[in-house]
Amino acid sequence: MTSFGNFIEIFLQALTAGILIGAIYGLMCVGLGIIFGVMRVINFAQGEFLMLGMYFTFYLVVQFNLLAFLGPSAGPYAGALLAGPALFLIGYALHRFLISRVTGISVAGTEGEGHYAQLILTLGVALVLQNGGLILFGSTPQSVRTPLSARAWEIPLLYDANAALFLNKARTIAGIISVLVAVALYWLINRSRLGKTLRAAADNAAAALYMGIDVDRAYRIAFGIGIGITAIAGGLVATYNPFQPYIGLDFVIIMYAGVVLGGMGSILGAFWGGMTIGLVQQLSTLVLPTQLQNAAIFVVFLLIVLLRPQGLFGRATERI
Amino acid sequence: MGARPKLIAPIAVIAIIAIAWIAVGMIVTNSYYQLMLTIVPIWAVMGLSWNLLSGYTGLISFGHAAFFGLGAYTVTIALVNYDLTPWLGIPLGTLVGAVAGIIIGYPTFRLRGHYFALSMLAYPMALLYVFEWLGYQEVPLPMKREAPAFYMQFSDYRVYIALAVALMVVSLIISLAIERSRFGMSLLAIKQNEPAAEAAGIDTLVWKMRAIMLSGAIAAAAGGLYAVVLLVVTPGSVFGMLTSAQALIVALFGGAGTLWGAPIGAVILIPLSEMLQAEFGDVIPGIQGVVFGIAIILVVLLAPEGIFWRVRDHFRQADPKPPPLPAPAGNRACPGSAPYCASRASPTCDGEGKGGGTPATACNAPQEPQPATQAKRAPILTVSKLSKSFGGLRAVSDASFEVAGGEILGIIGPNGAGKTTLFNMLNGFVQPDAGEVAFAGQRLTGLKPNRICRLGIGRTFQVVRAFPRLSVLNNVIIGAYASTATDADAFAAAHKALAQVALSERADILAASLTNRELRLMELARALAGRPRLLLMDEPLAGLAGPEIENLLGVIRSLANEGITIVIIEHTMRAMMRLAERFVVLDHGRVLTTGHPSEIIKDASVIEAYLGHKWAAIRAHG
Repeated sequence: MTSFGNFIEIFLQALTAGILIGAIYGLMCVGLGIIFGVMRVINFAQGEFLMLGMYFTFYLVVQFNLLAFLGPSAGPYAGALLAGPALFLIGYALHRFLISRVTGISVAGTEGEGHYAQLILTLGVALVLQNGGLILFGSTPQSVRTPLSARAWEIPLLYDANAALFLNKARTIAGIISVLVAVALYWLINRSRLGKTLRAAADNAAAALYMGIDVDRAYRIAFGIGIGITAIAGGLVATYNPFQPYIGLDFVIIMYAGVVLGGMGSILGAFWGGMTIGLVQQLSTLVLPTQLQNAAIFVVFLLIVLLRPQGLFGRATERI
Repeated sequence: MGARPKLIAPIAVIAIIAIAWIAVGMIVTNSYYQLMLTIVPIWAVMGLSWNLLSGYTGLISFGHAAFFGLGAYTVTIALVNYDLTPWLGIPLGTLVGAVAGIIIGYPTFRLRGHYFALSMLAYPMALLYVFEWLGYQEVPLPMKREAPAFYMQFSDYRVYIALAVALMVVSLIISLAIERSRFGMSLLAIKQNEPAAEAAGIDTLVWKMRAIMLSGAIAAAAGGLYAVVLLVVTPGSVFGMLTSAQALIVALFGGAGTLWGAPIGAVILIPLSEMLQAEFGDVIPGIQGVVFGIAIILVVLLAPEGIFWRVRDHFRQADPKPPPLPAPAGNRACPGSAPYCASRASPTCDGEGKGGGTPATACNAPQEPQPATQAKRAPILTVSKLSKSFGGLRAVSDASFEVAGGEILGIIGPNGAGKTTLFNMLNGFVQPDAGEVAFAGQRLTGLKPNRICRLGIGRTFQVVRAFPRLSVLNNVIIGAYASTATDADAFAAAHKALAQVALSERADILAASLTNRELRLMELARALAGRPRLLLMDEPLAGLAGPEIENLLGVIRSLANEGITIVIIEHTMRAMMRLAERFVVLDHGRVLTTGHPSEIIKDASVIEAYLGHKWAAIRAHG
């Protein structure tokens, strides 16, 4: 095999890995993105909800084995999807009793529009969830094993009989589910009445309020959906990645970067932002040592944001 | 907060805290408490550093760990690789922090709001992985037994306490000096309304750069001392997200935007978290984090703006009620001229208005243009072929006109005619696609708003852009920085400008509690304080009712009498007919016509632009 053919093979392998991981990153970014887009709140605890999604899937599938009837392959994915509605409820309640105190119309006129309070509050929630998770779940790394994670689809490359692309089954299915969930959410936001309500509340909360939209309810729902979506992504990550209660920190930064890249407030943009991060992370291994894989994410992130301040997919809307 | 604030009280408080802290440190022998007494001031310094940038400018940084880590690693690497004592390593690290501030600040200040906050996060994260890759996973500081004091190593822990307190005192004094000066006021102005600050002559980029340099330097010093105290540095502990979060959290918890916030936050939070860790860490791992998290959640719900502000507001009285209109009924025409006439001798106003209640007839002069004044006028502002498009929309196209020195020029036109865009190009907010603007012979194209303001073009806005949480006087002082070199001069200029608009008695209340009319006057005073030769006023009468309009018209005329050239955008035609000497009519971004108001209102094309061609036809035939 020629060295060029070899390079092509490695490149394609990294590209597919980037797309698959990127799809999952994209989904978690969509979760954070909808919260930011509708409420303009930076949620520091988003990574912890990802972690809760992982443990929800773990307890449902591994510990209590409630989804055994679905078989070992489908069970984990069903568990991950179920983490969505479960965490939606938690997010909804959390917003109702805590977050709503420092967000929404009531703080619109205060200094910094309540951002300071939101930051500390969500940091506090993150601390409670992280450490509460440590108490409840223990510090031993867990994983949701599926027989698929050790199997791969082999796709022959046409130009060379010896070259082939290996697609890990667990990651591939997780990536496909991510795309489907993101598409479903996109449909919900853009086509349904609920989505219209959310978009109205996001666009101009005061005007939406005058039009009879219950903005606080819209915020609660958006927060719940955002948490639920990220939790699904967490459940999917759990099928191929071991985790412990502090894992949220590893992902929350990826989520922030993805959402900013996508142009804050754009659901679709958040997905592509996450996808960009996944691609940069995987493709950078071609030219950089693995330790710099994560540094590359942030360097590329900074370059893009500085060259295009409104994000890759956002619009500049500053008015004077 | 005036221009000559008393500094003795806060300095005394700082001294008392420092002495008490060191006194406690001298008595305590338990090494655990000694470490705590050292760590708390270091985090207070980190909080102060964060506050210096984010608390004052409102640009929240999630990346202060970058500076902290660079300081810590500079000290460590200098000692390990080059045998450089931390006595020099910490100042070196401070320098590195300041340079990092420049490198990070310059590109990142292009971003606003949440984008800025989250982008700052990327710097320490990238550095973290780079330092791991460079092989600095865990670097211990070597023990220097032969000359420990030379290498900042002391067996007596109390020296570290003293060092940490000294660093905190220096940081507090720097913060105090900033807070009570032009520096701090400029940062506060940026926080409350950045475009307004820029339009008022504040070079926002320069002040932000100074803030991030100083902030980076202080954070690096804290990081350097942290390395010396803990004797080991890991990328995760100094560049990690928790370091940035800790800086932000102590400052916000105690209260952002004040030097007292960070120390209050550090004194409460750091010992609380450490004690919880020591008490419960072994029994139930994680319980300390839960309790700590619940504690900060509770405080946020009770005091969302931070402890300092909550306590201060508790002891503060409500603002006084706004007084009635200053003009007595018989003197509606020109109340604003009274203070001006009293303060400065002038041929037109001399002898008028000193009584306050006497009608100031001379101030009505511009109502009927006088031949004598028209003759001497040379153009002060020349607009030639100015164009601007937003996407497919041609907001302004090929606009050319002149403004004569000393005149009151009205710019009228239907909604969407491009009037505000025109102003935005004149004062530098928007760069034109084509065309030029010359002011007193100088090209304005490409200049930033603060430069244009300093050249002598003041501006007010359609929707008042105030600094709502500053006092009226401070709002105006910020405008005065453009025209004055010292803070005392700015103070005097601000008082004079307030007197010119008859707002002196409201000087000390917060701008947020002003009425709409007073806000407009305050914004006008802010523009005047920069001693403009040309004043751009964007719909100054919007939202005002009858007597208020008369009040403002009087003020505007008195300014014109002082020789300030005024360009006004306004929809209230009746008022404009009486105020302006000349109209420029804009429609769809083009200059439709210019001329004397009485001619303009008869012009068929103008009527058509405003009311549609049907009305123009009726007018022409009927």
